[in-house]
Amino acid sequence: MTDLELENHTPTGKLEDRWTQHKFNLKIVSPANRKKYNVIVVGTGLAGASAAASLGEMGFNVKTFCFQDSPRRAHSIAAQGGVNAAKNYQNDGDSVWRLFYDTIKGGDFRARESNVFRLAELSNNIIDQAVAQGVPFAREYSGYLANRSFGGAQVSRTFYARGQTGQQLLLGAYQAMSRQVEAKTITHHSRCEMQDLIMIDGKAKGIVSRDLITGKLEAHMADCVVLCTGGYGNVFYLSTNAKGCNASAAWRAHKHGALFANPCFTQIHPTCIPQQGELQSKLTLMSESLRNDGRVWAPKNKEDCDKKPEEIAEADRDYFLERMYPAFGNLVPRDIASRAVKLICDEGRGVGHEIDGQKLGVYLDFANAIETLGKDAISEKYGNLFEMYQRITSEDPNVTPMRIYPAVHYTMGGLWVDYNLMTTIDGLFAGGEANFSDHGANRLGASALMQGLADGYFVLPATVANYLAQQKPLDLGKTYPEAEQALQTSKDRIDKLMNAPFPKITPDEFHRKLGKIMWDACGMAREKDVLEKAIADIEVLQEQFWQQVKVTGSGEELNQTLERAGRIADFFELAELMCVDALTREESCGCHARDEHISADGEAQRHDEDFSYVAAWQYTGKLSMPVLYKEELLFEFVRPNTRNYR
Amino acid sequence: MNFTLHIWRQKDQQSPGVFVSYQIDVSEDTSFLEMLDALNEKLIIEGKDAIAFDFDCREGICGSCNLVINGTPHGKHECTTTCQQYMRDYIDEPELWIEPWRATAFPIIKDLIVDRTSFEKIIQAGGYIEVRTGSAGEANATLIEKPVADAAFDAATCIGCGACVAICPNASATLFVAAKVSHLSTLPQGEVDKKRAYKLLEAMEEQGFGSCSNYRECERVCPKGISVSTITTMNKLLYQQK
Repeated sequence: MTDLELENHTPTGKLEDRWTQHKFNLKIVSPANRKKYNVIVVGTGLAGASAAASLGEMGFNVKTFCFQDSPRRAHSIAAQGGVNAAKNYQNDGDSVWRLFYDTIKGGDFRARESNVFRLAELSNNIIDQAVAQGVPFAREYSGYLANRSFGGAQVSRTFYARGQTGQQLLLGAYQAMSRQVEAKTITHHSRCEMQDLIMIDGKAKGIVSRDLITGKLEAHMADCVVLCTGGYGNVFYLSTNAKGCNASAAWRAHKHGALFANPCFTQIHPTCIPQQGELQSKLTLMSESLRNDGRVWAPKNKEDCDKKPEEIAEADRDYFLERMYPAFGNLVPRDIASRAVKLICDEGRGVGHEIDGQKLGVYLDFANAIETLGKDAISEKYGNLFEMYQRITSEDPNVTPMRIYPAVHYTMGGLWVDYNLMTTIDGLFAGGEANFSDHGANRLGASALMQGLADGYFVLPATVANYLAQQKPLDLGKTYPEAEQALQTSKDRIDKLMNAPFPKITPDEFHRKLGKIMWDACGMAREKDVLEKAIADIEVLQEQFWQQVKVTGSGEELNQTLERAGRIADFFELAELMCVDALTREESCGCHARDEHISADGEAQRHDEDFSYVAAWQYTGKLSMPVLYKEELLFEFVRPNTRNYR
Repeated sequence: MNFTLHIWRQKDQQSPGVFVSYQIDVSEDTSFLEMLDALNEKLIIEGKDAIAFDFDCREGICGSCNLVINGTPHGKHECTTTCQQYMRDYIDEPELWIEPWRATAFPIIKDLIVDRTSFEKIIQAGGYIEVRTGSAGEANATLIEKPVADAAFDAATCIGCGACVAICPNASATLFVAAKVSHLSTLPQGEVDKKRAYKLLEAMEEQGFGSCSNYRECERVCPKGISVSTITTMNKLLYQQK
């Protein structure tokens, strides 16, 4: 691996003019020439589908890939709460500047000003675009769009479609993409998983895919590659991610030279349904919009923890978020709420099922809201969430308070990208959750949909076109030795997974063990010794994996066990990097809470002088020895201060 | 809880399939798919092929999972996808027959997995509103009455799982088509394409789905509770040439 210069290509000048000026400076391809260029988009969630639809519409040849049986199934579909935009429809003082500031502050001053401002600026276009596509956002009786306030925001800027905003936005992008498939600008491949990146002369020029039905490996060449492959929360085994979410595409890119930024920044969402048993395969998120009307509490006395909630007197309930954070109360940002819940449970005041000898849950109570607003009003807002909760737990939140506990939900870290969303590999772009760019150390509610769509609809189409304008189209008729080599590497890896020398343990069993290590060491609280031990444990487990993983069936057919094994193999490597990053960042910021850097009253302590940087890691061929590149964060327009939600 | 499972096993699209029986013991808080996960873990250890089935989000929204359980698509709990069924719901049914969707337009790929590409083709035929990226006007410039927006939303909640097809004696996708048409064509933004319903129905026929005979079974098994009134809405649009 070679030394590289980390150049983020951030424009200068007035913050509000930067994107406009930058767009003007970007090169464009003339309409007649666009069909000569081929673009590969891997992953067709919000970012990928919207990018592919937009690039296809511009006239480029786009090839898209997803491992699901349809782009409509990408995990963006599960986002419940909403999408932020600085429309200020509610006339409550919102503006692009305010959304920008809230996002920077929410991220605990670990994101780039220019990127975040662009995100806030584009938010309004997203709403216009989505409405024009027929996304049925909630409306008021007047016929105007409705808004609600959402975790960490003091204005109502969140647009929503009941509790299914992600679904509706994804269907909008999926339909836009389907339109381009019909127009033949997009060729789509479902049930296809990227196995490797094809590099020619240091540039990303294609991918190797595996057809998940036949097992066939194929090389696809293009003039550039866009990864919109989502986050890596499934490193933890139990998370709110869909079962198929994985980091393999991003990790393969990393191993080819794309730096991986802030891998330890993983968001733990406070309002998830607690684990019920050991066979549990995933955790379900309850939208944090519930915190708008629900009040979080735990028993004041440990003795009450076994009682039914209705038997606990009002005076014996501790509404701890309201007590600890009077200004924001139940609406404090996710990391703060999660840590508070953990604190209460660690004190032995948790409720519900016992997991490993500890009750892991607190109440989220709607009794007050139902009394004030009426059951119908609450049902109108949260009906589907209440139903979902009841199906899973067989308890009715209208009668008994919900039980919630934090779970891994989103990863702010990801492939390092410059202002153009290009990684450190020439011609390789990353959008949506797959990149690290906009959320710093903590993502605010309703910002993931915003970022995915801003990247896909507006940023990537401009920056990818700019890149292509400077390339000579690749001759797709030729065969490339680099492609043959990548095919062979992919085949060898599959053979290795299929033929461990002492097969006896299932891939899932390994995954559960890895998840446990990560949750304990790199979850809501991190500390030096524990992280160091975790790194050693991961290495041992990983070694064991390659010796003992048992995959039945063959590589030349539909084989879900093999698919899983391949993803888990990558999770091991990424997990180690996450721990290394967490260990190196000797401060607390946003989601990253180092026990050594928490103040006496439980607040995260940032150390701006030493850690106001993006940690971008380079793969060196040896997993335990990655090289750290620091991108210093410059704050010209906001002054990093201590987040205070009290 | 002990269950006897009879699961459809089929090597690939060309091979014939057969029910194979298995025994399993799981707790009542286990979800249906977690029960199958546990069975697969056991099979892998025994050196056998795991049972292939589709799943992803496991929270009832992606539309991947699709099992027919004792004759009912998605299982006995109404308005619920397979992944959100829990074993406690089957306390009275110790014997479970688990099959894939069965329809000409959904060929079986392996075991319980079917190919639903036909649904993609239907959407590609016109299940969208033609707006270019970046050229949309101000969102609040067009007002939409709340009941209209709400009805469009209800239709738009379709997850494209195909249960409606699996239960229909005609293997018709009319509810799927009608949901998309009702979502898009009742909104002012979607009114322009007067041919949407025609295009989608035509694609449905081309893909090998049957047509609607008003059995209304689709509505009964829809995990999202999509109403057959969407079919009425679509028929009205067809009749009024909208």
